[in-house]
Amino acid sequence: MGYTLNFNLIWRHFDKLSGGLLLSLELALISIAIGIAIGLVLAVWYVSAGRIVRGVIAAYVEFIRNVPLILLVYLVFYGLPTVIDIAYSAQTSFVATLALYSGAYLVEVFRSGLEAVPRGQIDAGKAIGLTPWQRLLHVRLPTMMRITLPALSNTFISLFKDTSVASVISVPELTYGAQWINFNTFRIVEVYLVVTAMYLVTGYALLFALRLVERWYRTAR
Amino acid sequence: MLSQIAYALPFLAEGFALTLWVSLLVVVLSLFAGVILGVGLVYGPAPLRWAVRIFSDTIRGIPILVLIFFVYYGLPAVGVHLQSFWAAVLALTLFKTAQVVEYLRGAVASIPKGQSEAAMAIGLTFRQRLAYVIFPQAFRRFLPPWINGVTDAVKGSALVSLLGITDLMQAINQVIGRTYEAMPLYILGALLYFAVNYALSYASRRLEQRFAFIRE
Amino acid sequence: MATSSNDSPALLDIAEVSKSFGSVEVLRSVSLKVAKGEVVTVIGPSGSGKTTLLRCVNFLESYDSGSIRIDGKEVGFRDGGARQRRSERDLAGMRAETGMVFQGFNLFPHLTAAGNIMLGLTKVRGKSKGEARSIAEHWLGRVGLAHKADSLPAELSGGQQQRVGIARAVAMEPKILLLDEITSALDPELVGEVLAVVKSLAEDGMTMVMVTHEMAFARDASSRIVFMADGGVSAVGPPKEVLAAETTNERLRTFLARFRASQF
Repeated sequence: MGYTLNFNLIWRHFDKLSGGLLLSLELALISIAIGIAIGLVLAVWYVSAGRIVRGVIAAYVEFIRNVPLILLVYLVFYGLPTVIDIAYSAQTSFVATLALYSGAYLVEVFRSGLEAVPRGQIDAGKAIGLTPWQRLLHVRLPTMMRITLPALSNTFISLFKDTSVASVISVPELTYGAQWINFNTFRIVEVYLVVTAMYLVTGYALLFALRLVERWYRTAR
Repeated sequence: MLSQIAYALPFLAEGFALTLWVSLLVVVLSLFAGVILGVGLVYGPAPLRWAVRIFSDTIRGIPILVLIFFVYYGLPAVGVHLQSFWAAVLALTLFKTAQVVEYLRGAVASIPKGQSEAAMAIGLTFRQRLAYVIFPQAFRRFLPPWINGVTDAVKGSALVSLLGITDLMQAINQVIGRTYEAMPLYILGALLYFAVNYALSYASRRLEQRFAFIRE
Repeated sequence: MATSSNDSPALLDIAEVSKSFGSVEVLRSVSLKVAKGEVVTVIGPSGSGKTTLLRCVNFLESYDSGSIRIDGKEVGFRDGGARQRRSERDLAGMRAETGMVFQGFNLFPHLTAAGNIMLGLTKVRGKSKGEARSIAEHWLGRVGLAHKADSLPAELSGGQQQRVGIARAVAMEPKILLLDEITSALDPELVGEVLAVVKSLAEDGMTMVMVTHEMAFARDASSRIVFMADGGVSAVGPPKEVLAAETTNERLRTFLARFRASQF
């Protein structure tokens, strides 16, 4: 005990944390954008596909969901370049990993959303003469979005937290910034208090904003 | 290449055993802590409810990695010295406890009010109502998500490799450091984690089916 | 004494009970005495406070003023005037003196039919498992479900579940049985079997207060009918008087007219 809090050194290096936070948000945003694309395509494909395609998609989903993210991060960054001839930065590698990771979770979200679209709505679409493609675009996907929006928000928040794993391959996001200050100033308790507050405030602000978006989307038109 | 990996297998097995041991400790400890705090959250006096709410929302609001570093580097700074193994277990337990609290709250909240009322009407006291009416039903709703959430403890345990603890993740990294066979070893590791977690989620699905009849 | 139908001391004595939910007054100085062996039916439009009154009798709801006594003992508050809530243990003991059957059955889904009945007998009445089991079997037989003792509620029809609910309540040998719209959640073809059980209990002399929309049953089975409107007792008396078409009570006439219109 007898530890005296001193935040001066934290504020002196605060650019490491503020810049890190912005990068965390950026990583989460790009990853979920790609993840949504992966999730949507695979979910739509899944519900209309035969057994083999379903099996392959299910295998991808189950594999990703049951393996630690940190292992996937290592695998993509250190493992893949040893077997195929590609080179990428740590940041690109991490975004690719997190996109694949979120894609697996979002396939599930979108698939159950698509299956929750009431039969009657699809029939109504048929009745007014929409083609299958038009039904997908104008009936099934909009309804699915309404159903899945809350789950989408939650996925985004947890991806934001998952970006902390990028620190293990030295991507200078928020957790990396925290560790840098930890090792270079030894104001350990202070830096983690500040970083905890930053994650909490950002996370709950995001949640609040996303809930507003959900409400707006539910009532729009 | 294969012979090198075969040579490393006992070492990997040790790491795997440590991963399972850490996960088991975390799961058991967090079950106790989470159930106690969860009951406090649902039935406790207002100050306790607030304390548990803040604890749970804070822990669930930050990355596990930050929690792990906070505990591992922060405790010695304030004069509490734990072996890195126990610091890791403590951090993961805090994370998992917050989850258990929420599972318990959800399970209790899902039981219709009429159940307590019927229990009151036949003259059961508060403790009897919990013991004979609420908990037996809440347990069935608590179990499937809880078992499913055990996979989070196993996956989360891979982060303790960053504290120099030789769990499966760390063992794999060390063998790669010697053999340079990155891809086969990462895949082997992934398959091992997958096997454990898939078995767990399979078990939770089975349990859910088994208890399905109980749901109105 | 105006509301009592006879001179025997009241088993249940509700005196000037009032209760508000926020700014809404759901009970306005309600008084009602029920003698041993009486069957009192409470009727009235929805929102008139019938169910709230019933729930106050076993203190599932508290009330703001007045008193409710069973056999002379205040139900929810300590004896001696001060409005001090009884301890948890005391309250549980008082509640065991009344039986309650719910609209939504509220059987414990994790216990068998016999288990539902045995729970109170073993944990509240302190009976042995064997004794409790034979009491449970007796009452299941009374409600015609001896063969369903080991079935879970989910395996029973609504009417069967409600009959177990009745057996669960009466097995505790309560002084009063409270029945809260016990047939409202049932399919019409299952109502009869449940009402038959209630009727046989009435014939055995069980004191009952029930809230129901089954007018024909109320007329045939009750010793008295209480008509509630806007949280107060608007009319009370023998079925023939209260349900008479030529009543001068305006609210009652409207209520009955609407009822007859929907019945036929």
